[in-house]
Amino acid sequence: MRPGDPRTARAEVALASARGVGTEIFSSQPRADVIRAAAFSVALYAALALAVLGLAVLVLDNLIEGAPRLNPALLTNGTSSLPANAGLRSALIGTLWIIGFVIVLIVPLGVGAAVFLEEYAGSRSRVARLIELNVQNLAAVPSIIYGLLGLAFIARAPLNLGFVVLTASLTLALLVLPVVILVAREALRAVPGSVREGSLALGATKWQTIRHQVLPAAVPGIATGVILAISRAIGETAPLVPLGAATFVTFDPNGPFSRYTALPLQIFDWVKQPQAEFQTLAAAAIIVMLGLLLAMNSVAIWLRNRYERSW
Amino acid sequence: MYATMSERPAGKAMTRPRVSVRPGSRGVAESTKPDLRRVFELQGVGVTYSGVAAVREVSMDIYENEVTALIGPSGCGKSTLIRCLNRMNDLVADCEVVGKLHYQGEDLYGPNVDPVQVRKLIGMVFQKPNPFPKSIRDNVAFGPKMIGQEGDLDEVVERALRGAALWDEVKDRLDKSAFGLSGGQQQRLCIARCIAVEPEVILMDEPCSALDPISTGRIEDLMLELKEHYSIVIVTHNMQQAARVSDRTAFLMVEQSPDERASWGRVVEYDLTGKIFTNPADQRTEDYVSGKVG
Ligand SMILES: Nc1ncnc2c1ncn2[C@@H]1O[C@H](COP(=O)(O)OP(=O)(O)O)[C@@H](O)[C@H]1O
Ligand SMILES: [Mg+2]
Repeated sequence: MRPGDPRTARAEVALASARGVGTEIFSSQPRADVIRAAAFSVALYAALALAVLGLAVLVLDNLIEGAPRLNPALLTNGTSSLPANAGLRSALIGTLWIIGFVIVLIVPLGVGAAVFLEEYAGSRSRVARLIELNVQNLAAVPSIIYGLLGLAFIARAPLNLGFVVLTASLTLALLVLPVVILVAREALRAVPGSVREGSLALGATKWQTIRHQVLPAAVPGIATGVILAISRAIGETAPLVPLGAATFVTFDPNGPFSRYTALPLQIFDWVKQPQAEFQTLAAAAIIVMLGLLLAMNSVAIWLRNRYERSW
Repeated sequence: MYATMSERPAGKAMTRPRVSVRPGSRGVAESTKPDLRRVFELQGVGVTYSGVAAVREVSMDIYENEVTALIGPSGCGKSTLIRCLNRMNDLVADCEVVGKLHYQGEDLYGPNVDPVQVRKLIGMVFQKPNPFPKSIRDNVAFGPKMIGQEGDLDEVVERALRGAALWDEVKDRLDKSAFGLSGGQQQRLCIARCIAVEPEVILMDEPCSALDPISTGRIEDLMLELKEHYSIVIVTHNMQQAARVSDRTAFLMVEQSPDERASWGRVVEYDLTGKIFTNPADQRTEDYVSGKVG
């Protein structure tokens, strides 16, 4: 008898009851099943532990190294060539400006594109399929390519914005837009057809149905996508390099047309420095950046729960 | 825009003498009462999905302030047919409706008729209760808000919930999620939501098939009350239900083409409910209602 054969299972049950395992009525679980189930859960826990462990080691390592510099001055000091005076203020402000504009760009564009593709285009439309193919491929393009694209089309002619905050925002928005569109489409698709039917059957128009039923129901999913996209944009370094993010700015970026630096570039710059003090500074800055990302994800989760509860 | 699709006919008669036919009451003679008003007139109605016929040659009249039941085995096209009546089939790509389908004398599929306007007058309740993921209040207020109904929304909500015999059960939890209600309450909420937009006709596609007998009984009682003000068309696979609540019954069945390559649903017999259940004209109806087939 092969394993998996129902006769095998029955024989095992019979054996187990013959051995007096289990109660009188309920025979005990076949042994092979018990072992398989246990092995599977052990494997799952191992996978989880590995992932968490990796992250924990990374955080702890930086925490220990950066501890001496983890103080408010790190956030309030501007850029300086002296490690003792250097801080993240300019880079943080730069990142906030960039991300602010990224959000303004990706939310309407991403949600709009997703609504068009999901609700209006129809699965058989050629245009829609072409766009869809492009969106999926764009999501897999290396980020440096976007940097070069931004350099060629946004920093220089035709847009000619120069090396400013808005150039970085536009480029990063392009970079994360495919992710937002894909996630928003998923979220829209997850809204049950019965909700749409129910709304239309009441005499609501298609747009009213989308605006008042489908989109609100998809908000938690869309918000998650947007926040994931923003987290990625915050951490991206490569595309900003060709876009002329200065690593040494002695002023705070103050608007869309200001020159700038950003968190990951500042960290990159510090890591490159020979002095050990700068290494400490970089470690502390990494912790700040991780903290920022963590805070953002918490906001995402909070938002999500709030929306779910208000139903 | 046509008159009936855009504005309500004034002075809709609500006190017309009822044709009351219960199974066994043999009230066939009453059917000839002259003042019955037709809401729907179907003549040679057929529906195809991607060119494949699902329903063919349906001709029947549906009357005001009556409950009209569509019965028949699964797949015979009951849902397809009822969804033609408020143009829900427009939402299905490749679904085509042919034949004459008039609502109060006006072509429901006429070139100038907007399906959105149609659905304001002809509401629908679905098989599975489908409350919106919102509060009970917002579920009911949604329709009136969307069609720009004037007046106090709270009042509209209360009136609709009372109309659906749900008010007393939910009046203290109007702002709680509609998902917290039982299946039967959810279905009555869907009925409340539907009557909140003050339609003239309510279509119900197997509204009780997901409910327990007690909830089903409540909804049946409700239907008998609602028909005083609305015309109701109900699809049901429960023959006792059709017998209990409906004035007229249409029996549909799958019919095959002579070469047996294709099949479609067709109305075998349409008559007063009492007649269909006690003295049907067609042998196939007799077999079905007596439980011999289906
Ligand atoms: N959206 C659809 N696309 C294609 N065929 C459909 C669709 N809906 C129903 N049909 C077909 O039409 C026939 C009638 O279905 P339906 O109206 O749902 O029957 P009933 O409600 O009486 O069970 C069935 O053969 C079914 O497969
Ligand atoms: Mg059906």
